Amino acid sequence: MVDTVVFIVAAAICLTGALGVILARNPVHSALMLVMTLFGIAVQFVAQEAHFLAAVQVIVYAGAIVVLFLFVIMLLGVDRAQNLELSVLPVQKWAALVFAGGSFAVLALLVIVVKEPVTGAEAMGGSATGDENVRLLARSLFSDYVYAFELTSLLLVIAVIGAVVLARKPKNVSDVVTEEGSEA
Amino acid sequence: MEITTGWYLVLGALLFVIGGTGLLIRRNPLVMLMCVELMLNGVNLSFVAFARQLDDIGGQTVVFFVLVVAAAEVVVGLGLVVAILRRQPGTTADDLSALKG
Repeated sequence: MVDTVVFIVAAAICLTGALGVILARNPVHSALMLVMTLFGIAVQFVAQEAHFLAAVQVIVYAGAIVVLFLFVIMLLGVDRAQNLELSVLPVQKWAALVFAGGSFAVLALLVIVVKEPVTGAEAMGGSATGDENVRLLARSLFSDYVYAFELTSLLLVIAVIGAVVLARKPKNVSDVVTEEGSEA
Repeated sequence: MEITTGWYLVLGALLFVIGGTGLLIRRNPLVMLMCVELMLNGVNLSFVAFARQLDDIGGQTVVFFVLVVAAAEVVVGLGLVVAILRRQPGTTADDLSALKG
């Protein structure tokens, strides 16, 4: 009973936030709605006993990524409202609706039709439930997936270097004419 | 009513579809990146649901990697957005047609 209530409330939070992200005209509101969705997802993770992932979800997503979004929004000063009606081509809106309806229908149909567990795979890392969650996750991460784990460190270094290179102001072309490109 | 794996999968599918729709109808590159995050979260929810159902911690490990890759993706994506918007203030995804064949 408690599970049901938690699921319904958290799902409502998630969906409200998701719709808010795509419907809010102000990018700042979109970012705050994204926080709401991420918290809802974290609650769902706790409900499925993925405690470590719930904590990481809040710390990394809500704590770092959304703050990064807000930093960039404030840095660029693009927190102006966007008129959704003018910015969308008419055919684009219908194409988006068709995409949304179609893909959701396919996914929901799959969920409903496929009653059996999707694969016959045996559990490799052991049970995911109980207080053992962090220990099992760590064992899986540092044994079966250790090469992938090391590669992610390489990925993060590359991302940091790339961000620094991209965001740096070019030194010799510092007098780039910043003409208004918005009318293009 | 018992909450089965299917409910989580439907919620994940809904988040994925909402994110995809936002990606199609929004023109602000920052909001488009947020919609990508929505799609990733929908998939993450499905992974955790399957990890629970199949009693396999591997699903949660995959979600961990998705989180890392999402963080890297956002860093590079926002770097690109900053570089583009600094050159052309107020630009949208429709204006970035310089590579159009």
